[in-house]
Amino acid sequence: MEQLSHLKELEAESIYILREVAAQFERPCILFSGGKDSIVLTYLAYKAFYPAKLPFPLVHIDTGHNFPETLTYRDALVEKLGADLVVGYVQDSIDQGKVTEEKGYNASRNKLQTVTLLDTLAEHKFDCACGGARRDEEKARAKERIFSHRDEFGQWNPKNQRPELWDIYNAKKDMGEHFRAFPISNWTEMDVWQYIYQEGIELPSLYYTHKRRCFMRDGQWLSADPPFIPRRDSEVVQELEVRCRTIGDVTCTGLTLSHAHRIEDIITEIAASRITERGGRADDKRSETAMEDRKKQGYF
Amino acid sequence: MDNKGYLDMKLLRFSTAGSVDDGKSTLIGRLLYDSKSIFEDQMEEAEKASKSRGNEDLNLALLTDGLRAEREQGITIDVAYRYFATPKRKFIIADTPGHIQYTRNMVTGASTTDLAIILVDARHGVMEQTVRHSWLVSLLGIKEIVVCINKMDLVDFSEEVFDKIKAEYLAMAQSFCKAHISFIPISAKLGDNVVNPSANMPWYDGKALLEYLETVKIERSADEGFRMCVQWVDRPISPKWPDFRGYAGRICQGIVKVGDRIMVQPSGLSSTVTGIMIGEQSLEQAVCGQSVVITLSDDIDISRGDVITAADFRQPLDSSVVSLDVCWLRPEQLVLGKRYLIRHATQEVQGVVKEISYKVNISTMEKETGVTSLTMNDIARIVLKTAQPLVYENYQDNRTLGSLIFIDPGTNDTVGAGMIVNEEI
Repeated sequence: MEQLSHLKELEAESIYILREVAAQFERPCILFSGGKDSIVLTYLAYKAFYPAKLPFPLVHIDTGHNFPETLTYRDALVEKLGADLVVGYVQDSIDQGKVTEEKGYNASRNKLQTVTLLDTLAEHKFDCACGGARRDEEKARAKERIFSHRDEFGQWNPKNQRPELWDIYNAKKDMGEHFRAFPISNWTEMDVWQYIYQEGIELPSLYYTHKRRCFMRDGQWLSADPPFIPRRDSEVVQELEVRCRTIGDVTCTGLTLSHAHRIEDIITEIAASRITERGGRADDKRSETAMEDRKKQGYF
Repeated sequence: MDNKGYLDMKLLRFSTAGSVDDGKSTLIGRLLYDSKSIFEDQMEEAEKASKSRGNEDLNLALLTDGLRAEREQGITIDVAYRYFATPKRKFIIADTPGHIQYTRNMVTGASTTDLAIILVDARHGVMEQTVRHSWLVSLLGIKEIVVCINKMDLVDFSEEVFDKIKAEYLAMAQSFCKAHISFIPISAKLGDNVVNPSANMPWYDGKALLEYLETVKIERSADEGFRMCVQWVDRPISPKWPDFRGYAGRICQGIVKVGDRIMVQPSGLSSTVTGIMIGEQSLEQAVCGQSVVITLSDDIDISRGDVITAADFRQPLDSSVVSLDVCWLRPEQLVLGKRYLIRHATQEVQGVVKEISYKVNISTMEKETGVTSLTMNDIARIVLKTAQPLVYENYQDNRTLGSLIFIDPGTNDTVGAGMIVNEEI
C-alpha cells in the first residue's frame, strides 16, 4: 500500500490526537496565541470534528503587549468558527499583585504569562490545554510527550515523564492536576508553512512583508511602534521591509528583513534560512535552558 | 524553487538505541550537521556550551541533549525527537537513552518507528544493553535494524574488528530477531560513513548511513480488510445537520469505500458506508493511516471503543483472556492478581495478570519460569484477563489492535507495555 504524503500523515496524526483529547478529558481547551502554529492547530481541530462545532474553547493569554493585527485576526477567526473565546489578562495578574512587572530595557511580560495561564486554567477548570508547540522548535520541547502531565502546581517534571507508547495516550490524573497536549509535536516549521500553502489558510498580515518602524537590539530588529518598549539613545529607528517569522509578545518578537509577499516566497525563504525561527526570540536567549526552566514552572 | 514537489514527500521514523556512551547523540549531531540541518544559532549555542564545559572539540551531543540534567551529566535521560529532510525523504528521529534506568524512554521512542539504529562501540562489542535493546526493538515489531559499529577510529578502522562484532551480533540476535539486519562501520565523531563515505575504510563497499536511510524500503502491511477503532461519535445537532451521526477514527488497516458493507465489533451489527469525510471534504475512499469520519446507512449502536471492520473479511479476534509479551517500565512491581487499567486502542478496561509464563533473562537469554513478579525493565510473557472482552489482533499483524498499556490506578502512571501474541491459553 502506498504510504501517505508527509503532510497527510501529519494531519491524520494531529486529528487523531485532538479527538483523543476530546474523548479523554472533561474540559479541554486550545491555547491560542495568534501565531501560525496555533492557527494551524485550530484549523486541524475544526477539521477533526466537522460537521460538529469545535468542542473546545480557545484560550488567549493576553500580555497586553500585542501586535494589533493579532487581536483583529483572533476575533475574526472566533466569529467565523463560532467558537468560544476565553481571555486571561496578564494585566489582571499584575493588578492583583501576583506578579511583578520586569523593569529595564529588556523588560518583557513573557515570563509573567505563566501565572496568568495557570490562573485562567484553574478558574475555568480546564483539565487539558492543547498547545501548538512543536518539537523541532527548541531542545526542551524536543523532549516533551504528546500528552504531558502537570502536577497541582502546574509544573512539568522532565526527568520523570510518563512512558508514552505507540499512539496510546494516558490522560489519568488526580484532582487539581492537568495536562498539556501537543497535537502538532511532530511538525516542523517547513511542514506548517507547506500545510498553510496546501490548505490555503488565511494568516495575520504580520507574517507577510510590510513596512514597519524598527530598531536594532542585540542583533535583531524589534518593532519601534509600541510605546512600552523603551529605547536607548543609540537605538536608531528606521523604516524597513520586514515580516515576523514567529509571533509572540511584541517585546520579544524579532522581525526578519524580507521580501516575502506570498506564502510561496516564505517557503523559499525558510528553505534557504540558516537560523531557526526561535533564533529571533529574545525569551529563549536568557540562558542555555531558558525554555526548560520556564516550562517546569508551567509555561506553554 | 518549485515548492510543490516538496508537498509530497514520505516520512521515515527511526530510533537510535545502544549502550551508554556508544555515541548515539553524537551520531545524530553528526547526521544533522553533515546534512546541513543544523542552523547557525543552534551551532553557536552548542559551541558556546562545549567551551563552557571544557570540551576541546565541539561536543555534538549538546545539539540533542536538551535538558539541564542531561547537559550536566553528559547523558541522555529522555527521548529527544529531531527532524531533518533531504530531497529524497523526511526523517523523524527518536534519539533514545542508553542507561538501563531509562529503558522506558527508549521503548517510548522506539514504539512509533519503522526502523532502529543500534549503536555498538567498536572497542567493546555487544554489551548487555545492546542485547536488551535489540530484544525490545524486535518485540516492538520493527522490521529494519541497522547496526552501526561506531568509534572505528579508535580501532584503527579495522575490518577484522568490524567482522568480529558483526558475527557476534548475528549470533546473539538469531534466536529472537525477525528483523532484516544491516551493518555499517562508522565514526560518528569524525563523520566516517555517516553522511559521507569513509576514505579510511576502503574495505567497506556498502552505503553510508544517510544513503541507507534515504533508500531503505519499509514494508507496509499488505492490503487487508478495513479496520477502524471509533474514537468519537460526531453529532453536530445543529440546524444545518440535525440528524447527522458520524463515526470518527483513524484507519489502522486496509481501505474503505463508499458503498462497502461493514461490521461493528464486538456487537456484530452490520451496515453500509454512505459517506467518508475529512473536514469539509467528502471522499470516495480512504486508506490506512487517514483520520476520517464515516457515515452509515443504518442507525446502529456504535460508541467509542468499538471497531468498524470490513464485513466480507476475517473479523478481528475477540477474547477476555490474552497472552502478551510485556515490558515492565516502572520500579513498582507487576503484581499478580492486582487490578490495572488497560488501555487498548480506543478502549479502556480493567485487567488482572493471571500468570507469568516466563521472564527473559537478558544475560543468559534463557526463559525463567516460576516467576511471581516483575520489576522495571523486565521482559516477560504473561496471561492477562480483562473485565470486558478485547477486540484485537496479534501485534505482529496489527500494531494498533495488538498493543496495550498498563496503568496503575493508584498512581495513574503508565507502568507496562504489552504486545498480544498468538498463543493457545
